[in-house]
Amino acid sequence: MTHAGDLPVWAAIATSCLVLLGAGLTLVGALGLLRLKTFYERVHAPTLGATWGAGGILLGSILLFTVLQSRPVLHEALIAVFVTVTTPVTLMLLTRAAVYRDRSEGKDIPRP
Amino acid sequence: MSASILSWSLLTAQILLGIAMIIACIRMIRGPRAQDRIVALDALYVNGMLLLLVFGMSTAVTHYFEAALVISVLGFVSTAALAKFLMRGEVIE
Repeated sequence: MTHAGDLPVWAAIATSCLVLLGAGLTLVGALGLLRLKTFYERVHAPTLGATWGAGGILLGSILLFTVLQSRPVLHEALIAVFVTVTTPVTLMLLTRAAVYRDRSEGKDIPRP
Repeated sequence: MSASILSWSLLTAQILLGIAMIIACIRMIRGPRAQDRIVALDALYVNGMLLLLVFGMSTAVTHYFEAALVISVLGFVSTAALAKFLMRGEVIE
């Protein structure tokens, strides 16, 4: 850690708070993946890591590299947009597939 | 001062993300059905991408960003393909 010596303290504290918030929310989402009972409850849990988990870490990364290089560094927004767009698509595809499998086995899944 | 704040918080974040990846692996091994395993695989991809981003922040090398982008693209494609396989029994019809 030699590069961060010239970093101002407020930037270090703000980056630390954002990164710890993101990592903590990701861990909470993973714990929900482990503890919830049915599949249809479990599919909600990892989205916590995909929205504010990724968002906090990416905002912290934008702030850190913007202050370190003293110019706007915004390429992390690409990952944020991509994750935000693709996560609902994949999880809805997966839930459709799970509903199809459960119905074809004769389980009673209520109509939406 | 700021270097020690940043290094400790990034180390803590790496440990938290590592625990989250271990939990996703446990769900992927235990998961009663295939869709549980695929959800756990998707969460594992997202957590690995975030771990790589935090690692890139702690070394101040921006090249890890491109690796994280590739991981997120691969996670999307693999999860969509596996969901399609569960639905129809084959990926490309």
